[in-house]
Amino acid sequence: MMKPLAIARETATLPPLFARWFESRGWSPRGHQLALLSLAEAGKSALLIAPTGAGKTLAGFLPGLVDLAARPAPRKPALHTLYISPLKALAVDVKRNLEMPVAEMGLSISIETRTGDTPQNRRQRQRREPPDILMTTPEQLALLLSYPDAGAFFGSLAHLVLDELHALANSKRGDLLSLGLARLSKLAPGLRRTGLSATVAEPDALRRYLMPQPSSGETLSEIVVAPVGARPEISVLTPLEDGREEVRIPWSGHSARHALPAVYEAIRANRTVLVFVNTRSQAEFVVQELWRLNEDALPIALHHGSLSSEARRKVEAAMSAGTLRAVVCTSTLDLGIDWGEVDLVVNMGAPKGASRLAQRIGRANHRLDEPSRALLVPANRFEVLECEAARAAALEGAQDGMVARTGALDVLAQHVLGCACSVPFDPDDLYEEVRSAAPYHALTRDDFGKVVDFVSTGGYALKNYDRFARLRPNAKAEGDMRLRAASPSVIQQYRMNAGTIVEAPMLKVRMIKSRGRRPIGLMGGRTLGEIEEYFIDQLSPGDTFLFAGHVLRFEGLAETEALVTKSNDPSPMIPSYYGGKFPLSTYLAARVRTMLAHREQWSSLPAPVREWLEIQAWRSVLPGECNLLVECFPRGDRFYLVCYPFEGRLAHQTLGMLLTRRLDRAGARPLGFVASEYSLAIWSLRDPGLMHERHELPLGELFAEDMLGDDLDAWLAESSLLKRTFRDCAIISGLIERRYPGMEKTGRQVTFSSDLIYNVLREHEPGHILLRATYNDAATGLLDVGRVAEMLKRVKDRILLKRLDRVSPLAVPVLLDIGKVSVDGEANEALLSEAADDLIAEATRLV
Amino acid sequence: MKDRRREARLETHPSLRVCGVSFDLMPEGAAWVPDERLLVVADLHLEKGSAFAARGIALPPYDTRATIARLEALVAKLKPQTLVALGDSFHDGNAEHRMDEEDAARLARLSKSLDWIWIAGNHDPVPPRAFGGAVMEELRLGPLTFRHEPRAAPSTGEVAGHLHPCAAVRVRGRRLRRRCFASDGTRMIMPAFGAYAGGLNVLDAAYDGLLPGFDFHAWMMGARTVIPVSARRLEAD
Repeated sequence: MMKPLAIARETATLPPLFARWFESRGWSPRGHQLALLSLAEAGKSALLIAPTGAGKTLAGFLPGLVDLAARPAPRKPALHTLYISPLKALAVDVKRNLEMPVAEMGLSISIETRTGDTPQNRRQRQRREPPDILMTTPEQLALLLSYPDAGAFFGSLAHLVLDELHALANSKRGDLLSLGLARLSKLAPGLRRTGLSATVAEPDALRRYLMPQPSSGETLSEIVVAPVGARPEISVLTPLEDGREEVRIPWSGHSARHALPAVYEAIRANRTVLVFVNTRSQAEFVVQELWRLNEDALPIALHHGSLSSEARRKVEAAMSAGTLRAVVCTSTLDLGIDWGEVDLVVNMGAPKGASRLAQRIGRANHRLDEPSRALLVPANRFEVLECEAARAAALEGAQDGMVARTGALDVLAQHVLGCACSVPFDPDDLYEEVRSAAPYHALTRDDFGKVVDFVSTGGYALKNYDRFARLRPNAKAEGDMRLRAASPSVIQQYRMNAGTIVEAPMLKVRMIKSRGRRPIGLMGGRTLGEIEEYFIDQLSPGDTFLFAGHVLRFEGLAETEALVTKSNDPSPMIPSYYGGKFPLSTYLAARVRTMLAHREQWSSLPAPVREWLEIQAWRSVLPGECNLLVECFPRGDRFYLVCYPFEGRLAHQTLGMLLTRRLDRAGARPLGFVASEYSLAIWSLRDPGLMHERHELPLGELFAEDMLGDDLDAWLAESSLLKRTFRDCAIISGLIERRYPGMEKTGRQVTFSSDLIYNVLREHEPGHILLRATYNDAATGLLDVGRVAEMLKRVKDRILLKRLDRVSPLAVPVLLDIGKVSVDGEANEALLSEAADDLIAEATRLV
Repeated sequence: MKDRRREARLETHPSLRVCGVSFDLMPEGAAWVPDERLLVVADLHLEKGSAFAARGIALPPYDTRATIARLEALVAKLKPQTLVALGDSFHDGNAEHRMDEEDAARLARLSKSLDWIWIAGNHDPVPPRAFGGAVMEELRLGPLTFRHEPRAAPSTGEVAGHLHPCAAVRVRGRRLRRRCFASDGTRMIMPAFGAYAGGLNVLDAAYDGLLPGFDFHAWMMGARTVIPVSARRLEAD
């Protein structure tokens, strides 16, 4: 839980000009705004924790504005305040909001943005004549720091504002930014930092992140916590069956198709609604279904990261102008862009985390004193439990914990090269500087040395690249240990590849004309957006899919474009994207387990869900708060083992992979497995329950923690997940270059594949630093090994085996997932649930 | 029964006839003529990794080692009398000088252990002499001609490399892309053997005029065997 309100005792008074401005708007400065100002006047850095609508951004800029207003113009152009946000759209938006008070107070302060979209000539001009306030992103900061004149450019910097710090800090981008901050502290020693964050469970992690860390011990920034707004109003939607009083809740699936008429009614009953979904494919599906229901032709739009930026901007503009009734969006709109008059937030599917839900709810109603209203729409029975748990957490103001993060080595490699591009560096000095960044505080000198070697020559045990080294000794004087970039082309290479966001290779989707069944011509037609290459790889010409709200027919590839025509296919395949799939948070999972274990908490659940749990308690047993329920039962000619760890799909997939190997070794002859957010099912030719009873394979041994040793290594060696992760690390670390549109023309046979490099490196130098970075990434990301480890420790000696004669009610949802094709065929779900009736009848039969 | 025997034969090494000469296709990416004790490999691209390093992309320097180790294993298994490397054995003219000493010694040892023939390629028009063996523009053996770059059809009896053929096929909705041997029975284009050598899809325009429409097979490299797939079943990249 949050610490109690901690407003600094001495509060500053506003300069008259500012006080008058507040007055003219009919406002009075808020306590936390004044608290930040007084801390800044004392030269202190601070973290501000405030809900949306609390005047957070103005609070962050106020000290800088007061400072600048006191300096007589004209001034020599010098950077005074730097603002960094995770989204370039946010930087642009905040600039607009800041220009208003600056203009109204008649201040002569220049404010500019610098993002990937800023034209080259303006960027050059900005370096020559910096604005007073610059709004930018972590990637642009890294680039600015890599110029030889970075010292002069940042030397005058007095004030730094980091927006949405909670969203940035715990990621590779956050690692890159932390290294940039360490550098800034060197270039501008008196720099004051202000971090702006939504409510988080552990604010100390962010307070540490803000401050340069001493070589031993730790330094925390000051903290200011704004009062929380009105308690939100949250309801969980459980629609009635058509024309009947019975509530309808599907057993499995994630589309929430059954609830869309009710969602449509909610849109009709409100002024402006934001409909959040978890994946881009779901966004496509929901918008299409809403339009099918849209008899009133309400303006309902779609917004997600794969749409062309033009399409996105159009939606954003229409939203700001208040002409839309609803926008269906993914997490691209989670963060602070001000949408004005949103009066209801709908969250389709499970919220996955308490903090994410709080953020999304905050999108509704930017006025603090009125409650935000939210509607949660569970797509299946387990999601009802998750939604109830998330609702309880949101009402209490509880947050998910953060997983402690150690700075990634591939990001460090990129930073080291960037430093060398700016001015020669002494490795010992740079090591101390890097360690002052909180994520890299535990980095050893040895590992740092390996990273520097990697940057220079690849750092291979077989040394023969010294003469191609990218770093050269500066050697300007005796004892000069500094290293510099070896050539201008190295610098060029760095600038082309900086940044930690590695997109999956994308193809443009372009609509071409068709006549009858045949496409005509390959040219012309508009671009609808971009789609992951791997998805298109799965399509054959003639296949249909949903994209940008249209059903499209794939016609073929031309260079870097996927050519499509419009289609009337009523049941398209639906894109299944990597992105946007969040695992269930540990905190929420614990709450769901608690809810299951405590019958008295079931009263808030809809009747079908309650009955489902009652029958489970009668037919088998309910999972407890601390144990692991394992059910074994025969079905058809197979035996099923279903367990309920509630650790999220990624962790369950890893667990499934490892358990299958063990079952195979023990002779259980496993055939396959399927993982959901809540449970894992494995089927085999022999009965693991019987094998346990005969002491052939005790479950305690099957679930023993040592599976994370050799079994994990052996699996990883073959896993394609690791190859994908390796590619990303290789790009971020600067080993291989990014692919830019147009570069593919060189043809595949003259380039190289990162898979081939991975295979060779793993065989010949398995301990190489890049493989370590890859493994660390996979363990925390795609594989979620940490969570598997925690779970195995938690349930040790607490495995509860239930041998049943048939499937249990709780096992039905995960069994329904069996047989789904690898591309999520959400459109097939209706068919699938028809086929599932037998299974449900079997599970719920009372005798 | 007959089927099972055929399967068993497929499991070991399927054979492909080019102008009546029978080649066993090895899953390692080499072709073997048992009657002549002749082993053929193409496009080793030795020191491709270090060539990239010279341009500032420090790829792991183990590709030469990995390629030689696979060749050594094949030679140990099959005990060939003659080995033909079909050109582009060295990634560029300086490859020899960038090669690690130990790798160079291993290659020299291997090439001197049998009759080794370096066919000249576009990457290595003059293969280095340091590793022994004979250098030829092309080699004729009975009805067969071994050369680096395939010529426009008809080029009967030609065994060539250069293009790094690979093929993609969809099985139960999954797309598989592998290196392959491409042949219509009159000629054969070999897959690249080098550890860092990429692949070019056999349906690419670069193969126009070499293979007849869809009347050829891609012999795709699996983990333990080589699987022939009709060109009609293949997918472009």
